[in-house]
Amino acid sequence: MVEAYPSPAPPIVDIRRVTRQFGTKTALDDLSLAVPRGGVFGLIGGNGAGKTTLIKHILGMFKPQTGSVAVFGLDPVENPVGTLGRIGYLSEERDLPNWMRVGELMRYTQAFYPNWDEKYAQELRLAFDLDPKARIKNLSRGQRARAGLLVALAHRPELLVLDEPSSGLDPVVRRDILGAIIRTIAEEGRTVLFSSHLLDEVERVADRVAIIHQGRIMLTASMDEIRDSHHRVTLRFNQALDRAPALVGALSYEGKGTEWTYICSGESNQLRRAAEALGATVVGETSLTLDEIFVSRILS
Amino acid sequence: MQIHISANDGIPIYLQIVNQIKYLVASGRLAAGEELPPMRVLAERLLINPNTVARAYRELEMAGIVEKRRTAGTYVSAQQSPLAHSERVKILSERLDALLAEARQMDVSFEDVVKLAQQRYAALQHDSQ
Repeated sequence: MVEAYPSPAPPIVDIRRVTRQFGTKTALDDLSLAVPRGGVFGLIGGNGAGKTTLIKHILGMFKPQTGSVAVFGLDPVENPVGTLGRIGYLSEERDLPNWMRVGELMRYTQAFYPNWDEKYAQELRLAFDLDPKARIKNLSRGQRARAGLLVALAHRPELLVLDEPSSGLDPVVRRDILGAIIRTIAEEGRTVLFSSHLLDEVERVADRVAIIHQGRIMLTASMDEIRDSHHRVTLRFNQALDRAPALVGALSYEGKGTEWTYICSGESNQLRRAAEALGATVVGETSLTLDEIFVSRILS
Repeated sequence: MQIHISANDGIPIYLQIVNQIKYLVASGRLAAGEELPPMRVLAERLLINPNTVARAYRELEMAGIVEKRRTAGTYVSAQQSPLAHSERVKILSERLDALLAEARQMDVSFEDVVKLAQQRYAALQHDSQ
Protein backbone atom coordinates (compact mmCIF):
# COMPACT_ATOMS: atom_id res chain seq x y z
CA MET A 1 0.00 0.00 0.00
CA VAL A 2 0.97 3.60 -0.30
CA GLU A 3 2.50 4.87 2.89
CA ALA A 4 3.99 7.96 4.42
CA TYR A 5 7.38 8.80 3.00
CA PRO A 6 10.07 9.12 4.12
CA SER A 7 9.33 6.63 6.84
CA PRO A 8 10.37 7.54 10.39
CA ALA A 9 12.14 4.18 10.79
CA PRO A 10 15.95 4.06 10.78
CA PRO A 11 17.47 3.97 7.29
CA ILE A 12 17.67 0.59 5.59
CA VAL A 13 21.09 1.52 4.18
CA ASP A 14 23.36 3.79 6.19
CA ILE A 15 26.70 4.71 4.64
CA ARG A 16 28.97 6.96 6.65
CA ARG A 17 32.09 8.66 5.38
CA VAL A 18 33.22 5.88 3.09
CA THR A 19 36.32 6.44 0.97
CA ARG A 20 37.50 3.92 -1.57
CA GLN A 21 40.65 4.13 -3.64
CA PHE A 22 41.56 1.96 -6.59
CA GLY A 23 45.29 2.61 -6.93
CA THR A 24 45.53 6.37 -7.28
CA LYS A 25 41.95 6.77 -8.40
CA THR A 26 39.42 7.80 -5.76
CA ALA A 27 36.14 6.02 -6.53
CA LEU A 28 34.29 7.10 -3.39
CA ASP A 29 35.35 10.27 -1.64
CA ASP A 30 34.22 10.56 2.00
CA LEU A 31 30.71 9.62 0.90
CA SER A 32 27.72 9.45 3.25
CA LEU A 33 24.24 8.36 2.23
CA ALA A 34 21.12 7.20 4.05
CA VAL A 35 18.41 5.29 2.18
CA PRO A 36 15.11 5.36 4.09
CA ARG A 37 12.98 2.25 4.41
CA GLY A 38 10.10 2.03 1.96
CA GLY A 39 9.81 3.61 -1.47
CA VAL A 40 12.10 3.88 -4.45
CA PHE A 41 15.51 5.49 -4.16
CA GLY A 42 17.17 6.51 -7.43
CA LEU A 43 20.94 6.83 -7.61
CA ILE A 44 21.97 8.88 -10.60
CA GLY A 45 25.36 9.79 -11.96
CA GLY A 46 27.45 9.62 -15.09
CA ASN A 47 29.78 6.82 -16.11
CA GLY A 48 32.53 6.36 -13.54
CA ALA A 49 30.76 8.53 -10.94
CA GLY A 50 30.96 5.73 -8.36
CA LYS A 51 27.47 4.20 -8.52
CA THR A 52 28.56 0.59 -8.94
CA THR A 53 31.35 0.89 -6.36
CA LEU A 54 28.80 2.26 -3.90
CA ILE A 55 26.37 -0.58 -4.60
CA LYS A 56 29.12 -3.18 -4.17
CA HIS A 57 29.77 -1.78 -0.69
CA ILE A 58 26.08 -2.22 0.14
CA LEU A 59 26.24 -5.84 -1.00
CA GLY A 60 29.38 -6.52 1.05
CA MET A 61 31.45 -7.20 -2.06
CA PHE A 62 33.81 -4.41 -1.01
CA LYS A 63 34.95 -3.67 2.51
CA PRO A 64 35.10 0.08 3.20
CA GLN A 65 38.68 1.34 3.47
CA THR A 66 37.47 4.07 5.81
CA GLY A 67 34.04 4.76 7.26
CA SER A 68 31.19 2.32 7.76
CA VAL A 69 28.37 0.64 5.88
CA ALA A 70 25.26 -0.72 7.59
CA VAL A 71 22.41 -2.53 5.84
CA PHE A 72 19.41 -3.45 8.02
CA GLY A 73 21.69 -2.17 10.82
CA LEU A 74 24.26 -4.89 10.04
CA ASP A 75 27.71 -4.86 8.51
CA PRO A 76 27.28 -6.66 5.15
CA VAL A 77 30.93 -7.84 5.09
CA GLU A 78 30.80 -9.43 8.53
CA ASN A 79 27.22 -10.63 8.29
CA PRO A 80 26.57 -11.66 4.70
CA VAL A 81 23.90 -14.20 5.67
CA GLY A 82 21.89 -11.63 7.63
CA THR A 83 22.06 -9.07 4.84
CA LEU A 84 22.37 -10.77 1.43
CA GLY A 85 19.52 -13.16 2.23
CA ARG A 86 17.20 -10.17 2.46
CA ILE A 87 18.47 -8.37 -0.67
CA GLY A 88 17.51 -9.03 -4.27
CA TYR A 89 20.20 -7.89 -6.67
CA LEU A 90 20.38 -7.38 -10.41
CA SER A 91 23.53 -5.97 -11.97
CA GLU A 92 24.11 -4.41 -15.34
CA GLU A 93 26.28 -7.38 -16.34
CA ARG A 94 23.54 -9.74 -15.12
CA ASP A 95 26.28 -12.16 -14.15
CA LEU A 96 24.46 -15.47 -14.22
CA PRO A 97 26.01 -18.95 -14.49
CA ASN A 98 26.09 -19.43 -18.26
CA TRP A 99 26.24 -23.21 -18.20
CA MET A 100 22.96 -23.55 -16.29
CA ARG A 101 19.47 -23.91 -17.68
CA VAL A 102 16.76 -21.49 -16.51
CA GLY A 103 15.09 -24.21 -14.38
CA GLU A 104 18.44 -25.09 -12.78
CA LEU A 105 19.16 -21.45 -12.04
CA MET A 106 15.83 -21.20 -10.23
CA ARG A 107 16.45 -24.33 -8.12
CA TYR A 108 20.03 -23.28 -7.43
CA THR A 109 19.03 -19.78 -6.29
CA GLN A 110 16.13 -21.12 -4.25
CA ALA A 111 18.58 -23.05 -2.07
CA PHE A 112 20.11 -19.78 -0.84
CA TYR A 113 16.87 -18.11 0.20
CA PRO A 114 14.59 -19.52 2.90
CA ASN A 115 11.88 -17.06 1.79
CA TRP A 116 11.87 -18.22 -1.83
CA ASP A 117 8.29 -18.14 -3.11
CA GLU A 118 8.06 -20.90 -5.71
CA LYS A 119 4.53 -19.94 -6.79
CA TYR A 120 5.63 -16.36 -7.42
CA ALA A 121 8.76 -17.62 -9.21
CA GLN A 122 6.65 -19.68 -11.60
CA GLU A 123 4.29 -16.74 -12.18
CA LEU A 124 7.26 -14.57 -13.11
CA ARG A 125 8.70 -17.28 -15.33
CA LEU A 126 5.44 -17.49 -17.28
CA ALA A 127 5.01 -13.70 -17.41
CA PHE A 128 8.57 -13.33 -18.71
CA ASP A 129 8.11 -16.22 -21.16
CA LEU A 130 11.25 -18.03 -19.97
CA ASP A 131 11.73 -21.64 -21.04
CA PRO A 132 13.02 -23.68 -18.06
CA LYS A 133 15.05 -25.86 -20.42
CA ALA A 134 16.82 -22.97 -22.17
CA ARG A 135 20.52 -22.53 -21.39
CA ILE A 136 21.42 -19.17 -19.88
CA LYS A 137 24.23 -18.71 -22.40
CA ASN A 138 21.72 -18.99 -25.27
CA LEU A 139 19.31 -16.38 -23.93
CA SER A 140 18.89 -13.03 -25.66
CA ARG A 141 19.95 -9.91 -23.79
CA GLY A 142 16.37 -9.19 -22.79
CA GLN A 143 15.61 -12.75 -21.65
CA ARG A 144 18.85 -12.81 -19.69
CA ALA A 145 17.78 -9.63 -17.88
CA ARG A 146 14.38 -11.16 -17.18
CA ALA A 147 16.02 -14.32 -15.77
CA GLY A 148 18.18 -12.12 -13.53
CA LEU A 149 15.13 -10.15 -12.46
CA LEU A 150 13.23 -13.36 -11.66
CA VAL A 151 15.89 -14.68 -9.27
CA ALA A 152 16.24 -11.21 -7.71
CA LEU A 153 12.49 -10.96 -7.02
CA ALA A 154 11.30 -14.49 -6.22
CA HIS A 155 12.45 -14.49 -2.60
CA ARG A 156 10.47 -11.29 -2.04
CA PRO A 157 13.46 -9.32 -0.73
CA GLU A 158 13.06 -6.45 1.74
CA LEU A 159 15.56 -4.50 -0.33
CA LEU A 160 15.79 -4.75 -4.11
CA VAL A 161 19.04 -3.38 -5.53
CA LEU A 162 19.25 -2.78 -9.27
CA ASP A 163 22.45 -1.50 -10.83
CA GLU A 164 21.69 0.06 -14.23
CA PRO A 165 18.97 -2.53 -14.79
CA SER A 166 17.69 -1.04 -18.07
CA SER A 167 21.02 -0.46 -19.68
CA GLY A 168 21.08 -1.71 -23.27
CA LEU A 169 17.60 -3.22 -23.15
CA ASP A 170 14.63 -2.75 -25.43
CA PRO A 171 11.52 -0.85 -24.21
CA VAL A 172 9.50 -4.03 -23.60
CA VAL A 173 12.04 -5.45 -21.14
CA ARG A 174 12.45 -2.02 -19.54
CA ARG A 175 8.71 -2.00 -18.90
CA ASP A 176 9.02 -5.36 -17.11
CA ILE A 177 11.77 -3.94 -14.91
CA LEU A 178 9.84 -0.77 -14.05
CA GLY A 179 6.74 -2.86 -13.39
CA ALA A 180 8.75 -5.05 -11.00
CA ILE A 181 10.00 -1.98 -9.15
CA ILE A 182 6.46 -0.67 -8.72
CA ARG A 183 5.04 -4.01 -7.59
CA THR A 184 7.90 -4.39 -5.11
CA ILE A 185 7.25 -1.12 -3.30
CA ALA A 186 3.49 -1.49 -3.52
CA GLU A 187 4.00 -4.39 -1.12
CA GLU A 188 4.28 -2.91 2.31
CA GLY A 189 7.63 -1.78 3.64
CA ARG A 190 9.75 -2.88 0.72
CA THR A 191 12.52 -0.71 -0.60
CA VAL A 192 14.08 -0.39 -4.03
CA LEU A 193 17.48 1.16 -4.63
CA PHE A 194 18.33 1.54 -8.28
CA SER A 195 21.00 3.30 -10.23
CA SER A 196 20.35 4.56 -13.70
CA HIS A 197 21.41 7.07 -16.25
CA LEU A 198 17.96 6.90 -17.88
CA LEU A 199 16.62 9.86 -15.99
CA ASP A 200 13.09 9.77 -17.39
CA GLU A 201 12.76 6.33 -15.78
CA VAL A 202 14.08 7.64 -12.48
CA GLU A 203 11.66 10.56 -12.68
CA ARG A 204 8.76 8.14 -13.17
CA VAL A 205 9.40 5.81 -10.30
CA ALA A 206 11.71 7.38 -7.70
CA ASP A 207 10.46 8.93 -4.45
CA ARG A 208 13.91 10.09 -3.60
CA VAL A 209 17.05 10.75 -5.60
CA ALA A 210 20.75 11.13 -4.92
CA ILE A 211 23.10 12.61 -7.51
CA ILE A 212 26.57 11.12 -7.31
CA HIS A 213 29.47 12.82 -9.03
CA GLN A 214 33.18 12.09 -8.75
CA GLY A 215 32.61 9.80 -5.79
CA ARG A 216 30.58 12.32 -3.79
CA ILE A 217 26.89 12.88 -3.20
CA MET A 218 26.10 16.28 -4.74
CA LEU A 219 22.44 16.36 -3.83
CA THR A 220 19.97 14.10 -2.11
CA ALA A 221 16.31 15.02 -1.78
CA SER A 222 12.82 13.86 -2.58
CA MET A 223 11.78 14.04 -6.22
CA ASP A 224 9.23 16.72 -5.26
CA GLU A 225 11.82 18.82 -3.43
CA ILE A 226 14.20 18.61 -6.36
CA ARG A 227 11.51 19.64 -8.82
CA ASP A 228 10.17 22.44 -6.63
CA SER A 229 13.63 23.90 -6.05
CA HIS A 230 14.81 24.10 -9.67
CA HIS A 231 13.44 26.48 -12.27
CA ARG A 232 14.18 27.85 -15.67
CA VAL A 233 13.66 31.60 -15.51
CA THR A 234 13.82 33.92 -18.50
CA LEU A 235 14.66 37.53 -17.71
CA ARG A 236 14.45 40.65 -19.83
CA PHE A 237 16.87 43.45 -19.04
CA ASN A 238 16.45 47.14 -19.84
CA GLN A 239 19.50 47.16 -22.04
CA ALA A 240 21.46 44.66 -24.09
CA LEU A 241 24.18 42.88 -22.12
CA ASP A 242 27.33 41.13 -23.32
CA ARG A 243 27.16 38.58 -20.57
CA ALA A 244 24.53 37.62 -18.03
CA PRO A 245 24.88 39.13 -14.55
CA ALA A 246 25.44 36.74 -11.66
CA LEU A 247 22.23 35.73 -9.93
CA VAL A 248 21.80 34.04 -6.57
CA GLY A 249 21.33 30.30 -7.04
CA ALA A 250 22.01 30.34 -10.79
CA LEU A 251 23.50 27.06 -12.01
CA SER A 252 23.81 28.02 -15.66
CA TYR A 253 22.54 30.56 -18.13
CA GLU A 254 22.26 31.19 -21.83
CA GLY A 255 20.95 33.95 -24.05
CA LYS A 256 22.01 37.21 -25.61
CA GLY A 257 21.13 40.90 -25.74
CA THR A 258 18.31 41.79 -23.41
CA GLU A 259 16.96 38.28 -22.87
CA TRP A 260 18.74 35.68 -20.74
CA THR A 261 17.55 32.32 -19.48
CA TYR A 262 18.86 30.97 -16.20
CA ILE A 263 18.63 27.56 -14.64
CA CYS A 264 18.41 28.19 -10.92
CA SER A 265 18.10 26.32 -7.68
CA GLY A 266 16.30 27.81 -4.73
CA GLU A 267 12.97 29.38 -3.91
CA SER A 268 11.22 30.88 -6.89
CA ASN A 269 10.30 34.06 -4.99
CA GLN A 270 13.86 34.62 -3.94
CA LEU A 271 14.93 34.45 -7.56
CA ARG A 272 12.29 36.92 -8.65
CA ARG A 273 13.41 39.40 -6.02
CA ALA A 274 17.06 39.01 -7.03
CA ALA A 275 16.13 39.56 -10.67
CA GLU A 276 14.06 42.64 -9.89
CA ALA A 277 16.90 44.08 -7.85
CA LEU A 278 18.99 43.91 -11.04
CA GLY A 279 16.31 45.81 -12.94
CA ALA A 280 15.14 42.78 -14.89
CA THR A 281 11.61 41.54 -15.43
CA VAL A 282 10.73 37.87 -15.36
CA VAL A 283 9.17 37.03 -18.71
CA GLY A 284 8.95 33.28 -18.30
CA GLU A 285 9.33 30.57 -15.72
CA THR A 286 9.07 26.83 -16.33
CA SER A 287 9.90 23.73 -14.38
CA LEU A 288 12.67 21.39 -15.43
CA THR A 289 12.97 17.71 -16.11
CA LEU A 290 15.28 15.65 -13.91
CA ASP A 291 17.53 15.32 -16.92
CA GLU A 292 17.96 19.09 -17.22
CA ILE A 293 18.49 19.46 -13.48
CA PHE A 294 21.11 16.73 -13.50
CA VAL A 295 23.04 18.23 -16.40
CA SER A 296 23.05 21.75 -14.95
CA ARG A 297 24.16 20.40 -11.56
CA ILE A 298 27.01 18.38 -13.00
CA LEU A 299 28.24 21.15 -15.27
CA SER A 300 28.00 23.99 -12.77
CA MET B 1 -9.64 5.89 -18.59
CA GLN B 2 -6.95 6.93 -21.02
CA ILE B 3 -4.03 8.78 -19.45
CA HIS B 4 -0.76 9.49 -21.13
CA ILE B 5 2.36 10.38 -19.17
CA SER B 6 5.25 12.19 -20.74
CA ALA B 7 8.32 12.20 -18.52
CA ASN B 8 10.23 14.82 -20.44
CA ASP B 9 8.08 17.90 -20.79
CA GLY B 10 8.86 19.38 -17.38
CA ILE B 11 5.32 19.06 -16.02
CA PRO B 12 5.32 17.02 -12.79
CA ILE B 13 3.75 13.61 -13.37
CA TYR B 14 1.12 14.01 -10.63
CA LEU B 15 0.01 17.24 -12.31
CA GLN B 16 -0.27 15.54 -15.69
CA ILE B 17 -2.65 13.02 -14.09
CA VAL B 18 -4.63 15.77 -12.32
CA ASN B 19 -5.01 17.79 -15.53
CA GLN B 20 -5.98 14.83 -17.65
CA ILE B 21 -8.57 13.55 -15.19
CA LYS B 22 -10.01 17.07 -14.88
CA TYR B 23 -10.21 17.19 -18.63
CA LEU B 24 -11.88 13.76 -18.84
CA VAL B 25 -14.44 14.86 -16.23
CA ALA B 26 -15.05 18.27 -17.78
CA SER B 27 -15.50 16.76 -21.23
CA GLY B 28 -17.93 14.17 -19.85
CA ARG B 29 -15.74 11.17 -20.72
CA LEU B 30 -15.61 10.35 -17.02
CA ALA B 31 -19.15 10.49 -15.69
CA ALA B 32 -20.29 11.36 -12.17
CA GLY B 33 -20.24 8.26 -9.98
CA GLU B 34 -17.70 6.45 -12.14
CA GLU B 35 -14.90 4.74 -10.25
CA LEU B 36 -11.28 5.65 -10.90
CA PRO B 37 -8.82 2.75 -11.15
CA PRO B 38 -7.27 1.76 -7.80
CA MET B 39 -3.98 3.61 -7.22
CA ARG B 40 -1.84 0.49 -7.47
CA VAL B 41 -3.47 -0.53 -10.72
CA LEU B 42 -2.99 2.88 -12.29
CA ALA B 43 0.61 3.04 -11.02
CA GLU B 44 1.42 -0.30 -12.62
CA ARG B 45 -0.32 0.62 -15.84
CA LEU B 46 1.44 3.98 -16.19
CA LEU B 47 4.70 2.63 -14.72
CA ILE B 48 4.95 5.37 -12.14
CA ASN B 49 5.41 5.47 -8.39
CA PRO B 50 2.15 4.67 -6.48
CA ASN B 51 2.80 7.70 -4.25
CA THR B 52 2.54 9.91 -7.34
CA VAL B 53 -0.90 8.52 -8.11
CA ALA B 54 -1.88 9.00 -4.46
CA ARG B 55 -0.82 12.63 -4.65
CA ALA B 56 -2.83 13.20 -7.84
CA TYR B 57 -5.94 11.62 -6.32
CA ARG B 58 -5.49 13.73 -3.19
CA GLU B 59 -5.34 16.92 -5.25
CA LEU B 60 -8.43 15.90 -7.20
CA GLU B 61 -10.24 15.15 -3.97
CA MET B 62 -9.36 18.57 -2.55
CA ALA B 63 -10.61 20.20 -5.74
CA GLY B 64 -13.91 18.34 -5.34
CA ILE B 65 -13.52 16.47 -8.62
CA VAL B 66 -13.45 13.04 -7.01
CA GLU B 67 -14.42 11.61 -3.64
CA LYS B 68 -13.29 8.68 -1.56
CA ARG B 69 -16.00 6.32 -0.44
CA ARG B 70 -16.07 4.42 2.77
CA THR B 71 -15.89 1.11 0.94
CA ALA B 72 -12.49 2.24 -0.40
CA GLY B 73 -12.18 3.38 -3.96
CA THR B 74 -12.22 6.78 -5.58
CA TYR B 75 -15.22 8.00 -7.55
CA VAL B 76 -16.00 10.99 -9.73
CA SER B 77 -18.05 13.35 -7.56
CA ALA B 78 -21.78 13.30 -8.18
CA GLN B 79 -22.13 16.92 -7.17
CA GLN B 80 -20.34 19.09 -9.67
CA SER B 81 -18.35 21.53 -7.61
CA PRO B 82 -18.32 25.26 -8.47
CA LEU B 83 -14.82 24.67 -9.80
CA ALA B 84 -16.10 22.58 -12.66
CA HIS B 85 -17.41 25.53 -14.63
CA SER B 86 -14.24 27.59 -14.30
CA GLU B 87 -12.28 24.44 -15.09
CA ARG B 88 -14.24 23.98 -18.30
CA VAL B 89 -13.63 27.60 -19.23
CA LYS B 90 -9.94 27.19 -18.48
CA ILE B 91 -9.59 24.11 -20.65
CA LEU B 92 -11.44 25.76 -23.52
CA SER B 93 -9.40 28.96 -23.15
CA GLU B 94 -6.16 27.04 -23.52
CA ARG B 95 -7.41 25.34 -26.65
CA LEU B 96 -8.69 28.63 -28.07
CA ASP B 97 -5.35 30.30 -27.40
CA ALA B 98 -3.61 27.58 -29.38
CA LEU B 99 -6.14 27.89 -32.19
CA LEU B 100 -5.81 31.68 -32.36
CA ALA B 101 -2.03 31.49 -32.39
CA GLU B 102 -2.19 28.98 -35.22
CA ALA B 103 -4.64 31.15 -37.16
CA ARG B 104 -2.32 34.11 -36.83
CA GLN B 105 0.62 32.08 -38.09
CA MET B 106 -1.43 31.02 -41.09
CA ASP B 107 -2.46 34.60 -41.68
CA VAL B 108 -6.16 33.92 -41.10
CA SER B 109 -7.97 36.89 -39.56
CA PHE B 110 -9.91 36.69 -36.30
CA GLU B 111 -13.15 37.46 -38.13
CA ASP B 112 -12.56 34.53 -40.46
CA VAL B 113 -11.90 32.25 -37.49
CA VAL B 114 -15.22 33.29 -35.94
CA LYS B 115 -16.97 32.76 -39.27
CA LEU B 116 -15.37 29.35 -39.57
CA ALA B 117 -16.46 28.46 -36.04
CA GLN B 118 -20.04 29.35 -36.93
CA GLN B 119 -19.88 27.24 -40.08
CA ARG B 120 -18.46 24.26 -38.20
CA TYR B 121 -21.11 24.63 -35.51
CA ALA B 122 -23.86 24.62 -38.15
CA ALA B 123 -22.30 21.58 -39.82
CA LEU B 124 -22.12 19.69 -36.51
CA GLN B 125 -25.74 20.58 -35.73
CA HIS B 126 -26.70 19.25 -39.13
CA ASP B 127 -24.74 16.02 -38.63
CA SER B 128 -26.27 15.26 -35.28
CA GLN B 129 -29.83 15.59 -36.55
